[in-house]
Amino acid sequence: MTTQAAITLKRINEMRMIGIVKRFPGVLAVDHVDFDVRSGEIHALLGENGAGKSTLMKMLYGLYQPDEGTVMLDGTPARVRSPHDAIQSGIGMVHQHFMLVPSLTVAENVALGMKSSRGWRLDLKGVASRLRQLSEQYHLKVDPDVPIWQLAVGEQQRVEILRALYKGAALLILDEPTAVLTPGEVDELFWVLRQMKTDGIATIFITHKLHEVLAITDRVTVLRDGRRVDTIPTHDATRGRLAEMMVGRPVVLEYQRDKTHLHAEHLRLKDVKALNERGEQGLKGVSLSVCGGEIVGIAGVSGNGQRELAQVITGLRPTQGGTIQVNGRDVTGKSATFVHNLGVAYIPEERMVDGAIKEFTCAENFILQDHAASPFARGGVLMNYGAVDRACREAIQRYEIKTPGPDTPLKNLSGGNIQKLILARELSRKPGLLIAAQPTRGVDIRATEYIHLRLLEERARGTAVLLISEDLDEIMALSDRIAVMYEGCIIGVVSREGATVRQIGAMMAGAVLESENV
Amino acid sequence: MIESILAPSVFASAIRLATPYVFASVGEMFGQRSGVLNLGVDGIMLMGAFFSYYVALLTGNLLLALLAAVLVGALMGLAMAFISVTLKAEQGISGIGVYLFGLGMSELLFQKLVGTPRSVDGFPRVAIPILSDIQFLSLGEIFFNHNLLVYVAFALIPIAAFILNRTPFGLMIRAVGQHPEAADAMGVSVVRVRYITVIIGGILAGVAGASLSTALLKVFQQNLTSGLGFIAVALVYFGRWRPFGVLAGALLFSFVNALQLQISALGIDVPSEFAVMAPYVITIIALVFASKQTEKPTALTKPFDRGG
Repeated sequence: MTTQAAITLKRINEMRMIGIVKRFPGVLAVDHVDFDVRSGEIHALLGENGAGKSTLMKMLYGLYQPDEGTVMLDGTPARVRSPHDAIQSGIGMVHQHFMLVPSLTVAENVALGMKSSRGWRLDLKGVASRLRQLSEQYHLKVDPDVPIWQLAVGEQQRVEILRALYKGAALLILDEPTAVLTPGEVDELFWVLRQMKTDGIATIFITHKLHEVLAITDRVTVLRDGRRVDTIPTHDATRGRLAEMMVGRPVVLEYQRDKTHLHAEHLRLKDVKALNERGEQGLKGVSLSVCGGEIVGIAGVSGNGQRELAQVITGLRPTQGGTIQVNGRDVTGKSATFVHNLGVAYIPEERMVDGAIKEFTCAENFILQDHAASPFARGGVLMNYGAVDRACREAIQRYEIKTPGPDTPLKNLSGGNIQKLILARELSRKPGLLIAAQPTRGVDIRATEYIHLRLLEERARGTAVLLISEDLDEIMALSDRIAVMYEGCIIGVVSREGATVRQIGAMMAGAVLESENV
Repeated sequence: MIESILAPSVFASAIRLATPYVFASVGEMFGQRSGVLNLGVDGIMLMGAFFSYYVALLTGNLLLALLAAVLVGALMGLAMAFISVTLKAEQGISGIGVYLFGLGMSELLFQKLVGTPRSVDGFPRVAIPILSDIQFLSLGEIFFNHNLLVYVAFALIPIAAFILNRTPFGLMIRAVGQHPEAADAMGVSVVRVRYITVIIGGILAGVAGASLSTALLKVFQQNLTSGLGFIAVALVYFGRWRPFGVLAGALLFSFVNALQLQISALGIDVPSEFAVMAPYVITIIALVFASKQTEKPTALTKPFDRGG
């Protein structure tokens, strides 16, 4: 009977990556990077999207092979040709997109790829009991017999961490672990990380959030454009310094938000109900109003009805009840075109699916909606590519979009520039209501800053802005009022003055606010 | 009337007719559970059918005949795995290629090596002592008086279920078919697992062919299977990727088949074309109405590429 076999903790005193280079066709993704982490240390790997953080770590985990450079474990060169080798050497990784099989249970996911203590038969009971032991030790509550698809995102992450520990990880890579968590869950994660630290585990914490670096790490390495900018002890770091290292120039961290006076109500939802993709109640009676000249932020963990909310307003999803008014006109049950023509602009969450066609050129994407309108089409029939080209050139210049020209296929642009093009297209119509869903997800700091300033500009112009975002910092920085969505309901609306991250975080986890100031 | 249509011999023949379907479908199920759709089953069956028939004709040794089918099935499975896993070719197309190869090759070899159809002795009936004497509901006749391959086919079902659900390898198969990236990240070799399952599928398709040519019909002719392998692929869908589901489908299909044979044997006035169509039509109807809640492998037909 080996059910009580202790989890064998391997030990890595020091991991050192030296002169690592990785080339992808046409890109130098990682350019001679040195990086090291020690036992009992939390080392932040900070950088923007595309800086090479994930690529570097995928090489450490054996998913990619470096073109040059060596990985040293405790002074000897290590051969990490596959994740199998990495796991054998005591390296674990919690991926940004969880590597869990939805149809399998927690225990099955943990047992996957491991030798069974019962030889050619699975020993799921043994796995489950050892898993319970481990989950108690790290306060990571998980039921081993539940299939993954039934778990919330935060719980899935717990499974990923537990699994890495179960496999005896002495070095754990966490790729953007907080991206999917509520502030409360982030606190729990940090508790686990500190626990791991005292157990001598070396942790690499990939992030682009500055305050997390300052809160939990011992050292920080900043990457930019595939190169290492510097490695410094965290106690020597400040937000401003880190941001400057990431971007290469000073960055605005707080926006100036001038007082604006409110215009008429541009959007009004009353008790709106709708089904989600799976045919369940996605919106369970949402009421909300947005006036011209204000930004209303929708906070919440993803999957709590935000997507359905945006789609219902823009006419992309049928309602099951309630009414929606735009500029005082009832648009309930109206088509997307009808809503669009009332001056509603929409920056969709899935920009490459719902917002643009990646095989089309910049110019074609720019006129995606107005392709049949003057001046882009003569008489609504013949395209006028001259006018299209001119308009797109103008937008490229005004919105500082980095592209060789209007004829470049959209897929050749970076995420930030694609988003700027969509923003340009939507704002060029001078909308009365702007729905911006996750407008800066996966967008670099410079473009994020630019997009934020544009949203504030729209607010000053008198546009009603509905900002849907999972990034609480973004919500706090831009909104006048903040509505928190939880399980298809708005469980509270607070004004930005007086709202704290802690309070909103608690609401995102479902806590109803006592003193509600709507 | 009804009694003669539903005679015990009809049930017994349904059990026998189910054999090639069971072998081929269980094999195909392994491949599909790991994410590889092999449409070449029918071609592999034809090759297995021919080689086992030919070896039986030459040597009279049934074990060698079966071995020949296993070998040729394994080789064609290997070819399919190489094309679809290593070369990452479109699975639907490469499967059709494998089918057409098997169809043409088996006929060519038959023409060159044998010429005119001659029957072989093939697998004899093996009545299981005591059990085959059960008179109650004619159970003995229906279940326990068949050739060896029939018993093997039915034993295969629980074994396949056990492998899939109770062994580390089965867990790997399910993971690779559902989320290959996750399996890869956990140190499972997606490529290796898929090669193994597709080769298992090839072997079982070869044996399915052997059961047809050396056990059931005891003869080979051009296109002996007449699309039976494609039905086997459909039965995997029908059975919702579960061994016992696949068995149920195979039995339903072979029962309708046997019934149709019986009806025409009794000289009942049903247009024979209609009777031949019936099993296929019923299968399609059953497929349409089969439960939509499924364990369908989400990575089915998708080649795996780790990148970098």
